Amino acid sequence: MNGNALFPAMVSWRAPRTIAVVVTLALLALLPVIAANFGSDYYVGFGTRVLIYALAAIGLNFILGFGGMVSLGHAMYVMLGAYAVAIPATHGIASGWTHLVIAIAATTTLSLAVGAVALRTSGIAFIMITLAFAQMLYFGAVGLKDYGGDDGLTIAERSVATLYDLSNPATLYYVTLVTVLLALYLSWRAVLSPFGLVLRATKANARRATALGHPVFRYQLTAYVISAVVCAVAGVLLANLTKFASPSYGAWTLSGELIVIVILGGLGTIFGPVIGAIILLALEELLPSLVEMALPDYKANWMLLLGLFIFLVALLLKRGVFGSLPARSRSAPVRGEPVEP
Amino acid sequence: MTAQLALSQLLNGLQLGVLLFLLAAGLTLVFGIMSFVNLAHGSLYMLGAYFGAAIFARTDSFLLGLGAAVAGAGLVGLLLDRFALTKLYERDHLDQVLATFGLILFFNELIRIIWGPSSVFMQVPDALSSTVEIAGFSYPSYRLAIIVAGVAVALGLYLLIQKTRVGMLIRAGATNANMVAALGVNIKWLNTLVFALGAALAGLAGVMAGPIVSVQPGMGEPVLILTLVVIIIGGLGSIRGAFYAALIVGVVDTLGRAFMPTIMRTLFERSTADAAGPALASMLIYLFMAVVLALKPQGLFPSGAGATR
Repeated sequence: MNGNALFPAMVSWRAPRTIAVVVTLALLALLPVIAANFGSDYYVGFGTRVLIYALAAIGLNFILGFGGMVSLGHAMYVMLGAYAVAIPATHGIASGWTHLVIAIAATTTLSLAVGAVALRTSGIAFIMITLAFAQMLYFGAVGLKDYGGDDGLTIAERSVATLYDLSNPATLYYVTLVTVLLALYLSWRAVLSPFGLVLRATKANARRATALGHPVFRYQLTAYVISAVVCAVAGVLLANLTKFASPSYGAWTLSGELIVIVILGGLGTIFGPVIGAIILLALEELLPSLVEMALPDYKANWMLLLGLFIFLVALLLKRGVFGSLPARSRSAPVRGEPVEP
Repeated sequence: MTAQLALSQLLNGLQLGVLLFLLAAGLTLVFGIMSFVNLAHGSLYMLGAYFGAAIFARTDSFLLGLGAAVAGAGLVGLLLDRFALTKLYERDHLDQVLATFGLILFFNELIRIIWGPSSVFMQVPDALSSTVEIAGFSYPSYRLAIIVAGVAVALGLYLLIQKTRVGMLIRAGATNANMVAALGVNIKWLNTLVFALGAALAGLAGVMAGPIVSVQPGMGEPVLILTLVVIIIGGLGSIRGAFYAALIVGVVDTLGRAFMPTIMRTLFERSTADAAGPALASMLIYLFMAVVLALKPQGLFPSGAGATR
């Protein structure tokens, strides 16, 4: 690594990827101001949702893109985070910090147990066992009759956090944005740290990493827990946005959507999940009205196009939208996909 | 009384088990030979049910509906394999999961466009609408017919795979596909055949399940997830494993749903039991799968190639 304390790698400011990052972040930072100009709070809520999905995808990308672990069950941690807000809230505990601590503690415990079992398998069996655990938790949540069961649980008031007033949509938006920035920065550092180096080595060749003397299982489990906790934080924010928690947050289709976001943005890039979340959610927002304009009778069937789109992404877009942008201007080091110094 | 109830629930479990086997057989073969994860297998099951229901309603002949479902789903499978999925066989599992996830959304909406969002009614064929007496209680003969048909198909599949030349190639392909190709077998043709066979079996499962479940868009997903559990427990690529695992999963799931609340009630307070019982029953097979994988990461009957990949 170079000696720069703030940035773990050299940043090539004129590289297309860097420009895309700066422009996107600038637009995200200004979104509430722009929305206020149009007098519409709707897009602030929508932007918050995009950022929350991006946050969860950043968590998933940490093990999917850098550790090669395809988890089809990460929505369960989002759901857990949401219930960590909703259940205490019904008992009168309104402190956001308490919610956060509960979410992190519960997720760490659960993901340690799930990861310990699931990581005994690899490849396709790992995909399926993570899916199975997510289904288990999903049905567990459906069985919580005292807490709404299938219908979910409405949260009366948003979490109360000292310093922040989350009941203001713009504040919630900026809290989410700062969380996303923090997650981006930390994952950037983590990926380039010695820990991240071993993690990427296990993706490239787990057997060789073992032969080199690295305790692969412990590295993978640690990464799995970290990524689960990030998803749980996304869940806490999601519950605050929607004032609602339900088993549907843990549905396997959401786990699938998170994978779509990661791939769409660019697997194994730091910033890819943000781009992926923006594209997918914007598409889900725009497609219904586009279909309505072209074929009014089939307005409700826009998911057909979304399905085709996802299929084509998997088939044609090997490196994702952000991943396809050149990472360097001429000879500067790579930002998104770091190289050995 | 309780013994009879238990027996009829056991039969229900077996009936679910054979349906799961029909789905799992195709899925596990496709995985074993092509190392391909097909999440859209549940969509073929759904298509089978719709084709069957449509033709049955049109012609009043259940057998024609059955034939249409098997042929239709098989044909869709063939087209999918030839035109959409071939490029994905070489790719990693992540791309396959994603692409077939997209296909699920596509097929669900396609069905919604053609047949509408509400469920389609499919009646039990007249010849099988009565009940039969088994050991002093009556059991719907249609469900019994499903068990018989499923076991017959399983037996046919066993003969096909163990006793014929095509079966030998399929087994060889599941062990080492590259070697089979190197020996001069047209592996593409074999892939297509296996994929279409799996699709036809999924269609068969769909049309047989049609009269006892509700035929609606998205009906494939819950079944797909159960099927995935089955092939993981059975060992990826293993037909024999899929058979035993399907029966185990079918019986455990059905008995769990039927008796778990009662069992819980003897252990806990009534209110706790009533709340936790059904949830625990739904979780039972996933718990079972987790235990199996924790003890035997390759599944109960690991098979050559699928196990190591």
